[in-house]
Amino acid sequence: MSDSLVVTVLVALLGGALRVSTPFMFVALGECLTEKSGRVNLGLEGTLVFGAMSAYATSYHTGSPWLGVLAAGLAGAALGALHGFVCKLPRVNDIAIGIAMMLFGTGVAFFFGKAYIQPTAPRLGAIALGDWTGDPKVATALQVNPLLLIGLATALIMWWAFANTRWGLVLRMSGDSAPAARAMGVSVDLVRFLATLSGGFLAGVGGAFLSLYYPGSWNQGLSSGQGLMAVALVIFARWNPLRCVAAAMLFGAAGAIGPALQSVGVTQGYYFFNAAPYILTLLIMVASAGSRQASREAPGELSITK
Amino acid sequence: MSESLASTEQAMDKESAVRDFFARLRRDSEYIAIPVLALAISAAVFSLFLLAVGKSPIEFFQLVERGGFGTAFSIQNTLQRAAPLILTALAVAIPARIGLVMIGGEGALVIGGFTSAAIAIPMLERVPPAPTLIIMALAGALAGGLWVGLAGLLRHARGVNETISSLLLTYIGVAVMNFFVEGALRDLTNPNKPSTKPLGDAYMLGKIPGTDVHWGLAVGIVIALSLHVLMTRTTFGFAARVTGGNPRAAQAQGLPVGKLIVASAAIAGACAGLAGFFEVAAIQGRANASLAAGYGFTGILVSFLARHNPVAIIFVAILFGGIVASGGLVQRRMDLPDATVLVLQGLTFVILLVSETLYGRFEFFRDARGSERT
Repeated sequence: MSDSLVVTVLVALLGGALRVSTPFMFVALGECLTEKSGRVNLGLEGTLVFGAMSAYATSYHTGSPWLGVLAAGLAGAALGALHGFVCKLPRVNDIAIGIAMMLFGTGVAFFFGKAYIQPTAPRLGAIALGDWTGDPKVATALQVNPLLLIGLATALIMWWAFANTRWGLVLRMSGDSAPAARAMGVSVDLVRFLATLSGGFLAGVGGAFLSLYYPGSWNQGLSSGQGLMAVALVIFARWNPLRCVAAAMLFGAAGAIGPALQSVGVTQGYYFFNAAPYILTLLIMVASAGSRQASREAPGELSITK
Repeated sequence: MSESLASTEQAMDKESAVRDFFARLRRDSEYIAIPVLALAISAAVFSLFLLAVGKSPIEFFQLVERGGFGTAFSIQNTLQRAAPLILTALAVAIPARIGLVMIGGEGALVIGGFTSAAIAIPMLERVPPAPTLIIMALAGALAGGLWVGLAGLLRHARGVNETISSLLLTYIGVAVMNFFVEGALRDLTNPNKPSTKPLGDAYMLGKIPGTDVHWGLAVGIVIALSLHVLMTRTTFGFAARVTGGNPRAAQAQGLPVGKLIVASAAIAGACAGLAGFFEVAAIQGRANASLAAGYGFTGILVSFLARHNPVAIIFVAILFGGIVASGGLVQRRMDLPDATVLVLQGLTFVILLVSETLYGRFEFFRDARGSERT
């Protein structure tokens, strides 16, 4: 490959990282919030898909993509609330409920989404951050969606609030030791319910990005496991919102390898590059699962790391 | 004197044995009553859902009955679909007994089906059908076993969460199959759908004599019964159940927990891989994207409904085989999207898991014997 091709690929990777990473980021932040409270929601894949469908349908009917984003968040919050409520019951396994919610969320999304595969809904606009470079390729790569900025701001706020606010303390205490939280008069069930609900809201918004910005249409293969990978990312990010952002960027770049190589004419192994993000996730899980640091920073009540 | 005492004792023994039997029956019936209740509630909630979208629930259930169980043809169709469901449900049930939530059945089915189709290509026309089919079945089971066994190995060796890793392996499995089917192994004479070379009629697996159902059903039932024996009557099964109950105690007892985990995962994957072989050798005749038809995911629900009991799985798989089989008829007649079955399954799954909270809440199922003696 000549130098200019390498540059093209790198720019495409950068653009991909900025574009593709946003849904990963939202789902990972949502899962991070939920897991900090000591509960796992494996069903965020279903939430992501359901959010994407709700956003697209709302945007189509109202003509306002931002209403679509709100609808996606509310749809995600509804699924999160259901998950949170069910997990509160005794003898109910949160891992199994996550699988059930994944199937339920995708099923409902496909059911109602069938009518929206054809029509075109108004999409979210982009903010051009790269026009000053004068290079059209770089400018295209640096066109970012407002949701990316909102996601980054959310990550910063979460990171700050976990450490510095009363709510953050209550959340972390519920996640690290339920008996201690109860002794302090905290309703652990309520905290976890709210954390699962808010986590669902964030994951739903991530879905809105998929259907309203990139790839920017609604179909059944829209997410194909991104929600699941984002859940896996949280362990790698060791429950730190800022590391969640970094991990999401890494995944965005990995997901962009295939299209980036295609853009310079490398079409061989297209299906292999499709598998790359999943393989990368698995390798990252293998690398981070055994680490002593991860188990030290894991919320003590979490069933997923045991 | 002493003789009559002995006979009364004997009579009392008999009486208490009968009472014990009924007490146990009453206690165990909870494990059937609660899932059945969950199914009934799911049907009711799903009816409300259909009413809300302006469809008739009565028509829906009539069509499911007709399309799944109404005629000899539809029953055979149902049994045909129950075959892979039994195997993919076993792929969830065996790891579940040891305390793992493995959901890699779909991926193992795809990898198993693809491997068996691929290994057959050089053997066609050179090796007779019977040995070819046996080698295909073994290759499919082996590939599936290695695939899910990997998730078990990662769980044991590195503590990687097996639920996430097995589902990731499903996505990877589909991508691996697509990679070959659209590339190196693509049958160029078939322009419609990227597939491997067809097996041809001579190499297709036959039907069970007198029926239109392929051998996968018989094999699935035999495997389910064998695994039931394995889990309840052997040292392996005992050790696995102890590990599922309390891994630390099992480790302290010196049980080979790691080996048990990897073996359970491999058995699970082999079951699902075999399901893939049957789909290729008896239904599709080639490997292509149709292999990922969702049997692996429906199998998860089947296993949970059957409470991970291999014998119960046979019956639940037939029920869901009927629901899957009637899907096409329901879609055409009622103009419903194909995701309707998915909604029903997701709903049933959620309600079933909620119903777990009911165990031990009903006085009726309480241990009658225990309360009498105290």
